[in-house]
Amino acid sequence: MRIFDPHIHMTSRTTDDYQRMHAAGVRAVVEPSFWLGQPRTSVGSFSDYFDALLGWEPFRASQYGIAHHATIGLNPKEANDARCREVLDVLPRYLAKDRVVAVGELGYDSMTPEEDDVFAAQLALAAEHELPALVHTPHRDKLAGTRRTLDVVRESALEPGAVLVDHLNEMTVGVVAESGCWMGFSVYPDTKMDEHRMVEILRRHGLDRMIVNSAADWGNSDPLKTRRVAETMLAAGYTADDVDRVLWRNPVEFYGQSGRLELPETEAPASELVGAGATFMGNSVLRGARE
Amino acid sequence: MSPTTIQDALAQVTIDPDSIERHFPAAARAAAREGRTGDAAREAMLLAVPGPAAYVIEVVRRVYDHGDAAERRAVLLALPALDAPDRENAIGDAALPIVRDALRTNDTRLVAAALGPNAARHLDDEAWRQAVLKVLFTGIPVEQVAGLADRADAELARMVRDYAAEREAAGRVVPPDARTVLALAESRQPATRPYPAD
Repeated sequence: MRIFDPHIHMTSRTTDDYQRMHAAGVRAVVEPSFWLGQPRTSVGSFSDYFDALLGWEPFRASQYGIAHHATIGLNPKEANDARCREVLDVLPRYLAKDRVVAVGELGYDSMTPEEDDVFAAQLALAAEHELPALVHTPHRDKLAGTRRTLDVVRESALEPGAVLVDHLNEMTVGVVAESGCWMGFSVYPDTKMDEHRMVEILRRHGLDRMIVNSAADWGNSDPLKTRRVAETMLAAGYTADDVDRVLWRNPVEFYGQSGRLELPETEAPASELVGAGATFMGNSVLRGARE
Repeated sequence: MSPTTIQDALAQVTIDPDSIERHFPAAARAAAREGRTGDAAREAMLLAVPGPAAYVIEVVRRVYDHGDAAERRAVLLALPALDAPDRENAIGDAALPIVRDALRTNDTRLVAAALGPNAARHLDDEAWRQAVLKVLFTGIPVEQVAGLADRADAELARMVRDYAAEREAAGRVVPPDARTVLALAESRQPATRPYPAD
């Protein structure tokens, strides 16, 4: 089983997690830039963080046979701090990097005017750099926030297919399905989604544009939740190919729009699919990745 | 944005060196489209920066500081070419701050790339010995260290012997590379060292 975790904050995890993830079948991840718990107060601490996401963290992942990519952006929480606004000025430099596969995480936290401005500005940057966008939906007032998110996306230069709206649940999946955007689900031990509810959502809404992640970070979370969803799908009667679609091909298709994925050679469960060529949609497929 | 070819990028860098900020990050993707390696394309871009050594090193430093790990590695690998004796604006030891920065990291790709001929030529003895010890600690193959046979000295031999003793005391294997470094250090005649101490 090959797993692509399309949203995981490895900076907050130990190398033990990389070992366990590899053993569970995780071969590629995307690490979105986000809030670190302690608010930052200057652009310099963002630059060092972005540099780590493009330097140290991919190196660390490679030691455990996992391909690491990043999304870069100013998160909504810190978008409200005027001292962090300068981050927007350094973003173009980072959006040019090889392993940056989207702008993100963007979106709303408290739905302030500042968040509006920073969100729209970064969707414009995504269009300019021909990158998709990863959009977080708020913890509080989630359905209203999701609707407002979709309005901003509609007003942007991005196609809905270039936008992944994340942290969805039973209440918010419907509006995103209608919008044409990709639907992301974060499976957590206690909050957000769990693996059984996740499978029920797949049953109701199908597998098209569906993305499942662990969103593991410094909070109560579990980097193996992607694997748990795969197992729960199989137990519910889905085929190995269905699992591969949700946990590998869908995220590869979404982030592959960047042309900047660098995937290890993996085996598709059935006969067909990706790994056959040297490239997939302009993304390189690495041979002989470090195991 | 239509993709830029490496050739176009080189021409632009020659006329407008600041444009390297735009071309350098995209160089590996452009090179891949042309069946070339990113490292070679990036070296060519740095060599295309015109002007006196002081200006070249300013650009090199900026590209390094703004680079991701692959870009930084490419800068380190390009240092010997930027310091080639036949270049009018050879950078000499001016890239040492970059070399030292890379040696402070724990990214073995950067540490290995930092220990090329430029470090062999210019890095002071204390820093160079520490770097060789770091190579042993982090499992970088010692054959990747430029000038090892020429620079390994009695002090390095002492450090490696201590390292080996520490490993043995802990019941751990002494890596064969430690023996290699020791043999080189102990066999070297002090008078044969070709590089001046900085």
